Amino acid sequence: MSELIIKNGFVVDPLQGIKGDRMDIGVKDGKIVETGTLSNPKTIDAAGMTVMAGGVDVHSHVVGPKVNVGRLFRPEDKLFKSPLKSPTCSRMEMGFSVPSTFKTGYDYARMGYVFVNEAAMPPLHSPHVHEEIRDTPIIDNAAMPVFGNNWFTLEYLKNNEIENNAAYTAWLLRATRGFGIKVVNPGGSEAWGWGLNCVNIHDPVPYFDITPAEIVKGLIETNEHLGLPHSVHLHCNNLGNPGNYVDTLESLKLAEGYAPKNDFGRKQVMHITHLQFHSYGGDSWGNFESKAKDVMDYVNAHDNLTVDMGQVTLDETTTMTADGPFEHHLCSLNHLKWANVDVELETAAGVVPYIYSPKVKVCTIQWAVGLELALFSKDLMRTFITTDHPNAGPFTRYPRVITWLMSRAARDATMKTFKWLDKTIDATSIDGIDRELTLYEIAQMTRAGPAQALGISNTYGGLAPGMDADIAVYALNPENMPSDPAMIEKAFSRCAWLVKDGVVTVRDGEVVAEPAKRTVWVDVKVPENAQVQRDIYEHFLRHYSVKLDNYSLFEEHLHNPRVIEVDATE
Amino acid sequence: MPKKVENVGCPYCGVCCDDLVVTVSDDGKQIIEVENACAIGNQIFHHATGGERVKLPRLRQPDGTYKDISYDEAVDYAAKVLYNAKKPLIYGFGSTNCEGMAAAAKVAEKAGAVLDNCASICHGSSFLAIFDNGYPSCTLGETKNRADVVLYWGANPAHAHPRHMSRYSIFPRGFFTGKGQKSRKIIVIDPRHTDTAQVADIYLQVRQGHDYELFDAFRAVVRGHEIPEEVAGIKREQILEVANIMKKARFGTIFYGMGLCHSDGRNHNVDIAISLTRDLNDYTKWTIMAMRGHYNITGPGAVWSWQYGFPYCLDLTKKDIAHMNPGETSSVDLAMRDEVDAFINIGTDAGAHFPIEAVKHLRKHPWITIDPNICMASEISDLHIPVGIVGVEVPGIVYRMDNVPIQYRKVIDPPEGVISDEELFERIHKRLCELEAEGAAKAEIKAAPAGVRAEE
Amino acid sequence: MKTVILTLTNPPELMLEGQNITPDNVAGKKAAEIAALDVWEGKQKSALGTYFAVAGDGGATAAETKIILRGDCTRVKRIGQQMTAGEIVIEGNADMYIGGWMKGGKIHVKGNVDSFCGIGMEGGELVIDGNAGHHLGASPRGEWRGMQGGLIRVAGSVGNDTATFINGGTIVIGGDADIHVSTHGEGGTVIIKGNAKGRVGGQMVKGNIYVYGTIENPLPGFQMVGEVEQEVDGETATFTHYIGDLGERHPTAKGKTVYANLYTRN
Ligand code: SF4
Ligand SMILES: [Zn+2]
Ligand SMILES: [Zn+2]
Repeated sequence: MSELIIKNGFVVDPLQGIKGDRMDIGVKDGKIVETGTLSNPKTIDAAGMTVMAGGVDVHSHVVGPKVNVGRLFRPEDKLFKSPLKSPTCSRMEMGFSVPSTFKTGYDYARMGYVFVNEAAMPPLHSPHVHEEIRDTPIIDNAAMPVFGNNWFTLEYLKNNEIENNAAYTAWLLRATRGFGIKVVNPGGSEAWGWGLNCVNIHDPVPYFDITPAEIVKGLIETNEHLGLPHSVHLHCNNLGNPGNYVDTLESLKLAEGYAPKNDFGRKQVMHITHLQFHSYGGDSWGNFESKAKDVMDYVNAHDNLTVDMGQVTLDETTTMTADGPFEHHLCSLNHLKWANVDVELETAAGVVPYIYSPKVKVCTIQWAVGLELALFSKDLMRTFITTDHPNAGPFTRYPRVITWLMSRAARDATMKTFKWLDKTIDATSIDGIDRELTLYEIAQMTRAGPAQALGISNTYGGLAPGMDADIAVYALNPENMPSDPAMIEKAFSRCAWLVKDGVVTVRDGEVVAEPAKRTVWVDVKVPENAQVQRDIYEHFLRHYSVKLDNYSLFEEHLHNPRVIEVDATE
Repeated sequence: MPKKVENVGCPYCGVCCDDLVVTVSDDGKQIIEVENACAIGNQIFHHATGGERVKLPRLRQPDGTYKDISYDEAVDYAAKVLYNAKKPLIYGFGSTNCEGMAAAAKVAEKAGAVLDNCASICHGSSFLAIFDNGYPSCTLGETKNRADVVLYWGANPAHAHPRHMSRYSIFPRGFFTGKGQKSRKIIVIDPRHTDTAQVADIYLQVRQGHDYELFDAFRAVVRGHEIPEEVAGIKREQILEVANIMKKARFGTIFYGMGLCHSDGRNHNVDIAISLTRDLNDYTKWTIMAMRGHYNITGPGAVWSWQYGFPYCLDLTKKDIAHMNPGETSSVDLAMRDEVDAFINIGTDAGAHFPIEAVKHLRKHPWITIDPNICMASEISDLHIPVGIVGVEVPGIVYRMDNVPIQYRKVIDPPEGVISDEELFERIHKRLCELEAEGAAKAEIKAAPAGVRAEE
Repeated sequence: MKTVILTLTNPPELMLEGQNITPDNVAGKKAAEIAALDVWEGKQKSALGTYFAVAGDGGATAAETKIILRGDCTRVKRIGQQMTAGEIVIEGNADMYIGGWMKGGKIHVKGNVDSFCGIGMEGGELVIDGNAGHHLGASPRGEWRGMQGGLIRVAGSVGNDTATFINGGTIVIGGDADIHVSTHGEGGTVIIKGNAKGRVGGQMVKGNIYVYGTIENPLPGFQMVGEVEQEVDGETATFTHYIGDLGERHPTAKGKTVYANLYTRN
């Protein structure tokens, strides 16, 4: 079968601790192999370039109902903002902040990414999610069903029935072909069913009489009881408000005392997503300020946590989250169009366009907060680059985020465009930080770290023999980095080469092949549980609007699956 | 032994009942019984195996009759029509699965066609309102479990969506609505005193075409402003009473129908209904939902949105970028303006639904109908291609009116040799690729443009 | 100023998209190069010269370029789209999107135009001697930032949905307007010298509307607050002043609520 050798590149692979050594990487039948085993490989000359594993995105909203609402209700996000179809791609590419599925796949590939974890799947809509996955070319996808406001979960955890909750969780992962436990504004989105919210972790959920804190702890216990590849993945309560870092620190503390239990090399018990939106001080928009330092001090000291940035990119974008009450709050601030979808027994979602303007003080402070999180981090294997796409900005800006992290000059140039520069500097620490991240650290944040946190680092995120042959080559010479930060952005926007599953997929920044993509899901074996079966039957009989047998994804709607098996029967 | 197929979805209206039980004859060819469906749903299944089905594509002959041809010939004909036209239009998708819609989009993009669905002459105005003002909505189970106030505006589910009221809105007992109808207030606003109005606690007979004014009045009242003594035929006291009920609801849903999106100002009626829903969320919880007609007419809006970012009226003629602007790229407007030169009618009956003037314009050019059955469109076509009936003979995903995907099943086999929409479009796509390759091979070098009179 | 004359000698079968017919695209080009500009009839991309006879070269810049269109351009869309400077004169009718997203310069249409003319306009002047269709000076679909600036003047009547989401600029209509004027407006001025059918200023936040004739169906969300004398489009008259849409949100400025203003001439 097909063989490749990627020759003479500077290899950066944090999973193996390789820090830019000049090495060759061998590829055979879609896997990485020792170069000695190759017989007649095609050669990719990577001399003077950086070789990394394909990128892994821990948190991005790319497929599913709310993403699609974002597409549908923003024709203006397409007008004069879509590129012309690339002659080397099979389909058109439409949209800027919420790209079409085709553009999503192509653009991730151009950036050298191969795996994207869809951050929130409403279980009732899983067939929709999988239809979009089918139409997202090249990249492998996983999708996390949301649990934090699910009635089954609330009922089991109220009574501290971890085993039952675990059995239900295993059932739902299978029913939706899901990947792990996502928690969005625990309790708050259920409260939103009545137009209410849970503003802190001790605020009880109406009727269900359980607090967000209890939900999060119960789900951590469930997750470790099952030994899932990924940990609980938490979007904290009270997102986006001044002073919310207090609530965030309380949420982080919920993980204290828990240790990871799994066979997948995962080291955390909780992943906290888009931390930027949760690291604010002050008590009004007037004295709004960064508390990134306080939050990262805590994260640095607790190695059972991982985080991602949720970096504001200063673009016009589309916010979308299962945090229904937050989106309503946002539309009352910016008065733009507002879509909302409450999903029976499970979750909610809202979508509102948003403009992060360099002329608005709050936006430029948010920009600084995100970067500070990364720049204050002592362990970049636990701190990942995201923009919570498309919430803080589109994923296509990752190269710019990387550039800001790697170059103080790039940060300064951006800050020069701020209308309220002095106030931004006063309210943040960004101006006092000289740290510039290295390519190794960027590789930690964009592939090795996320792969480890997701529990897939035996397959993705590294370049060890036996792993998938997903390899990105960037036109950057670590021994002679460009002095112009724009060149860094350019190199990461359009990789020189992307090999996906052993197939040359991108060349000189252009997609040249569209190899089959996969759906990655987690199948957990649990002991028979008659009570949970009964509960499921009852809720579907009385409260769902679809039949139980039509709810679970039909096999024919699952596309090119890669199943990760977990045995939790012991 | 006859076989029972359970949890079958109904391929008729947007209620998308998925609890049907269909009994199929021994040989798997006849439908014997359909349980749980309403009368219309029932009929759909029996109709499928009742009459004579067209089993082969039929091509119009010079003498005006139809002649049976093979699928290969039909695919070739369709591909050539699409390839040769300057601006072909592919319209319909009222009764197709999402797999078929995705395949059709692939064809439209390759052919450089305009791609549109029945929403264009139906709930399209809802899309325009959603573009401008958003869509605070929920799934139907939310209404069932929580709603204590339900408002039908310009909708008559008693006729158009027979099981809507019993499954989701008025009668069912949900989690927080254990008393069913007794735990709910039902309001109906409609110029006609419909059968739905019969079950209402409050009925407001709005003057035909003046819904916008009534919404405006509700909004002003909700904000505490004065309004005139009568608006759109409704007395101030009644407006105040209903506004008060809405504000005091724990959870409300506005279901609106064609009464709103087919009267004057269409999209703006929906738009201001959305504004009212937004306003009410400052006090309590309100949601709004379009009563979409066909069982999967929500589908193309979903599929084409993820593929192109637009739910309908997609002008793909540039082949490298999509453009949408209803009023220009909408099927009826295109036809009325005589802007298209080939027409594919799929899973609907443009022959019956389009204005006669539009049909006349379209008839000047090749017209292909893709439909399981004989309909007006198939009888005025140049080519009729039969396909399997989705939800009966072909499984697939459909989107219910609340955007919830429902996985439909296959109950019986299609007539022998009859293929699905999806397969048909995949084959047309393949043929188009071949034609394109041949065309590229024999393309000449372009001559210098004529008509130049340079002032040198 | 240099003049380019485009004469439609070979009309399209279906319609033509002429977004390249702007002073910006023509500037700096010889007639032969202008004739080679792309136009589209559906999927068929052709040279402008396939349909038009081209006489004259463009000026050095857009501002120094004038384009005159002759022949029946009833089926030619998008003339003057996104133009920033210079001048276009259309001697007869034209189709949709004339002056769409216009930023500067001037377009003068001596006949009628169809829908979507002047949509997304930011500046410049669009003058139409005949009637205009729907969505005159409106915002494109989904865009909440509608007309930002510039002037549109229509001597005849207009269709519905005029000035949706208007944010700035002025539209003067000599004749009547069909339903929906300045819906969702948040600025700008619309002057209707004839009658308005109804739904004038619905969901409007800010901005001004003047109606000289009658409003067949006024909205309940507008409330009379008094009489004012004002100079409008060069003449002074007394108007009855209404504020609204009271159903809509309104900002406050200096402690006072800002409403949209509707003036009807006494
Ligand atoms: S209500 Fe609609 S979907 Fe349900 S059975 Fe009747 S026709 Fe079919
Ligand atoms: Zn989130
Ligand atoms: Zn997110």
